[in-house]
Amino acid sequence: MICQYCGKREATTHIKKIVNGRAEQVDLCPACASRLGYGSIFPGLGLSDFLGSFLGERGGDGRAQALRCPQCGCSFEDIAESGLAGCAQCYQTFRDRLAPSIARIHGKAHHVGKAAQAAGARVRARSRLDALREELNRAVTEQDFEHAAQLRDEIKALESEANGNG
Amino acid sequence: MDKWYLHGGSEDDVVLSTRIRLARNLREAPFPHRLDAGARKAVNERIRSAMFALGGIREGDYRYVEMEKLSPAQAISLAERHAVSPEFASDRSGRALILNQDETVSVMLCEEDHIRLQVLRPGLDLESAYDTADKLDTALDGALGFAFDEELGYLTACPTNIGTGMRASVMLHLPALTRGGQMGRLSATVSKLGLTIRGAYGEGSSPLGDFYQLSNQVTLGISERAAIDNLKAIAVQVVSQERTARESARGDAEFEDWIWRAYGTLKNARLLSGREFTDLISAVRLGAAMQLLPVVVTHVDDLLFSMQAATLNAAQGRELSARERDQLRARQVRERL
Repeated sequence: MICQYCGKREATTHIKKIVNGRAEQVDLCPACASRLGYGSIFPGLGLSDFLGSFLGERGGDGRAQALRCPQCGCSFEDIAESGLAGCAQCYQTFRDRLAPSIARIHGKAHHVGKAAQAAGARVRARSRLDALREELNRAVTEQDFEHAAQLRDEIKALESEANGNG
Repeated sequence: MDKWYLHGGSEDDVVLSTRIRLARNLREAPFPHRLDAGARKAVNERIRSAMFALGGIREGDYRYVEMEKLSPAQAISLAERHAVSPEFASDRSGRALILNQDETVSVMLCEEDHIRLQVLRPGLDLESAYDTADKLDTALDGALGFAFDEELGYLTACPTNIGTGMRASVMLHLPALTRGGQMGRLSATVSKLGLTIRGAYGEGSSPLGDFYQLSNQVTLGISERAAIDNLKAIAVQVVSQERTARESARGDAEFEDWIWRAYGTLKNARLLSGREFTDLISAVRLGAAMQLLPVVVTHVDDLLFSMQAATLNAAQGRELSARERDQLRARQVRERL
């Protein structure tokens, strides 16, 4: 492959740019790459950002580097460098590599609380039950027994519904 | 319509305002930092049309603002009034805002996430702020389908926000604790409880005017209600510590002299820089809250929000020189105090 910039030398540096989810590739020879300022990213990928280094578990293996998010084209290196995921799908694509950092940031690994419509009915029912149980605890602490009784009935109904659905 | 900060809220001697912010994203589109201005606009349009198609959202109640069409002063003024985040105002390209009339509900489009939904309330009012945010969020989710994962919750550009995607915060005025040298200890204590406290004005370590934001830090593995209960319980304790510190200073000649001097300066100064104003208005707010001065607290908050640099510029419709601005600020404070 010939360098796209000088059109003379062999291209050994391949740069992928992703804009709006569309990948563009530029192929350059080493001389043109360094002249255009691309030379410096390769030795260390310069992790300056705090969160970037937080996320920076860059295994040196080529396999992981080749993996890109099918929806936005982000690599794990892109995420580590900016500290930001490229799209929602990135969390699926890089789940295993993001998991340790997420656990470190939050101290927990599983969501508790409101569930979006995208979640299955089972998850939304569980989230609703969690919320009701929390409210029940609060009602008991505040000695609001009338409200607590109502909540208990509602929880029972939801639970039997969940069991009924298998 | 009156702005929200003209109405006193619960515990308003210490708590200026409550804010809930939810981070949400569309499932398919790359996050805003991976979109150019044109693609961001397409995302904004989608959200805009979904929002205005919701029942209960009328064009007259909400306005749609393309941030690029604002002057820098107008944009920063929105941040000074807390209607948008400072980051949102600083880079306006491809960003838009849906804002209601009293500026209590604001939906920032293509900030770090596709949607940052924010609800403000005067005083300490976390439950009501959350309920409003929750309802709008559910309605928008029904129309747009937000990115969500069963394990990780709501998916956001920055992994620090995944889970509930919720930042709840209260803006506190803590002059007595600050003067008593208590802020270091307080900050260390709240951080152990999953919260963070930082200056609301000025740079990190030396906040201006003793105004602070107390907010939750963790968003994964703790429900919205639990996070709000936790924040509220700690806010209530901080409020009570501040009140105790204020009461123990009452009657102290130096303390009262400090408050009356600040009042005297604000009522008579001919030039007021932003920094001096914020320091003095803090003492005056304290005097008002302790009923030492013939001033109403909500009136002070109105001044605090409307005398910031960009808001003064925006009100004049042009860029003032620093000298002109300091003069204008001093005149308006004299007239309104």
